[in-house]
Amino acid sequence: MEQTPLPGIGVRHDLVTSSGRTVGVVSHRNGRRDLVLYDVDDPDSCLASIPLTDDEAEALADVLGASLMLGQLAGLRQQAAGLVTEQIALPAGSPFVGRRLGDTRARSRTRASIVAVLRDREVIASPGPSFQFEANDVVVAVGTRDGLDGVTAILAGDTDS
Amino acid sequence: MHHETTVLLIEIGALLFALGMLGRAGRRFGLSPIPLYLLAGLCFGKGGLLPLSASEEFIGIGAQIGVILLLVMLGLEYSADELVDNLRTAAPAGFLDMSLNALPGALFAILLGWDIKAALVLAGITWVSSSGVIAKVLGDLGRLGNRETPMILSVLVIEDLAMAFYLPIATAVLAGAGMLGGLSALGVAVVTVVAVLVVAIRYGTQISRFMSVKDPEALLLSVFGLTLFVAGVAAELKVSDAVGAFLVGIALSGPVAHHATQILSPLRDLFAAVFFVFFGLSTDPADMPPVLLPALGLAVLTMLTKVATGYLAARRAGIALPGRLRAGLALTPRGEFSVVIAGLAVASGVEPSLAPLATAYVLITVVFGPILARLPDYTWFKTLVHRRLAAQRAAAKPVPSVE
Repeated sequence: MEQTPLPGIGVRHDLVTSSGRTVGVVSHRNGRRDLVLYDVDDPDSCLASIPLTDDEAEALADVLGASLMLGQLAGLRQQAAGLVTEQIALPAGSPFVGRRLGDTRARSRTRASIVAVLRDREVIASPGPSFQFEANDVVVAVGTRDGLDGVTAILAGDTDS
Repeated sequence: MHHETTVLLIEIGALLFALGMLGRAGRRFGLSPIPLYLLAGLCFGKGGLLPLSASEEFIGIGAQIGVILLLVMLGLEYSADELVDNLRTAAPAGFLDMSLNALPGALFAILLGWDIKAALVLAGITWVSSSGVIAKVLGDLGRLGNRETPMILSVLVIEDLAMAFYLPIATAVLAGAGMLGGLSALGVAVVTVVAVLVVAIRYGTQISRFMSVKDPEALLLSVFGLTLFVAGVAAELKVSDAVGAFLVGIALSGPVAHHATQILSPLRDLFAAVFFVFFGLSTDPADMPPVLLPALGLAVLTMLTKVATGYLAARRAGIALPGRLRAGLALTPRGEFSVVIAGLAVASGVEPSLAPLATAYVLITVVFGPILARLPDYTWFKTLVHRRLAAQRAAAKPVPSVE
């Protein structure tokens, strides 16, 4: 990602993809952003400049983030036959409602990873240790069968921690 | 109500309404409103179609406020850090720009047999591109993401910053202080600008915190008041009111600058329109025909030098041929600053044919500049450039002979 200041307007971020194309985002100081695609023949000029509203930018970022995560999951499944992906609903009486993901110590105890959390039909990809659980969250975890059962038990509060 | 006041209301009202309609019509053709306002001024001035009688004094004061608002908004767009960074990275491009565009103006004035004062003014008029028009054109053509755009913007920033030194010199020389007076004005300007930049970089946030963003009315009054006050003080100190306003804009930063831009822009639009009309008013249309040909010559010459400036500066930045041409052609329009500079000369009564020449010159460049800037987007232009590139490649790398 390369960053270029545009005096009086804002800043431009751009990225050369492995296929040789360049895409960028012009962030205006007044909050407007344009998605720009560069010309193949003349890499200095943009072929299209698409203004995005806040909602559109957020939706696009979500889709990119979620598809990235799903792709990684599919990849994992193919690579290692023993790995399972599972959605685990946080039980209503879970001791972790309102607590942080790091507090579960799920990865070190079960060797299974929590790779995403589904909340209100939105995907929160790769939540960090400081991520805070809320009631009705659904956790997406990847691991062995035993590991996932362990995560389910931890989230339910069935183990002593 | 006084008879004179009612006439004033009628004239100003009709004028503003007409400007609004003109601006709307112009936008339909993708034309900047500046030339339309100038033409309207020509129509309503002395010797025009419909000379205004009661409102000239009012418009004069409005025009002065218009210049101040144009400059403070320009200052608000840039932060002090940005200016200093730009100066560091794009100083050679700025220097190239000055020598390629200011010198032809000065030489042209001497060729016309004008004195050194008028030459200094004409140099300024041909030097400065219109940041307002160019930023708008780049946005309209969807070129903000282009690789050459940061370089174009840098040149504009440097020109604007250079005005902070040029305007005080011009003001002093025009006031009859001579070259020595000009140099002392330059000294004062350099010290002031550097001091403001240093203060803005160090204490910008504290200054801005002094004004609340939450109360738009208070913000409007305090920023507008501060600007007028500093502009007045600067004019008293012979540093030029416009420069004072520009520096106020630079000193404000962060959310205050952002909100001030939003609330001042309607005011700027109003008074800037009045300013362009006022400049047109002070030109007698009867003086225009004799200067049309010189103005056209000067416009062609200095648009070519601007294209060369953009071409060379873009080449320095590692941009390919199509981008260099885009940069050069985009830089051609002159606008608000050239009119501000010409306005200084008109006020001090130097060289009577300068005002009509400047009007014609700005009209030509501001109308044809944006049209030229559009050229590289046409297919025939692209094919032409491609053929040229292909020819260059063929010349550089001769086809290897078969062994």
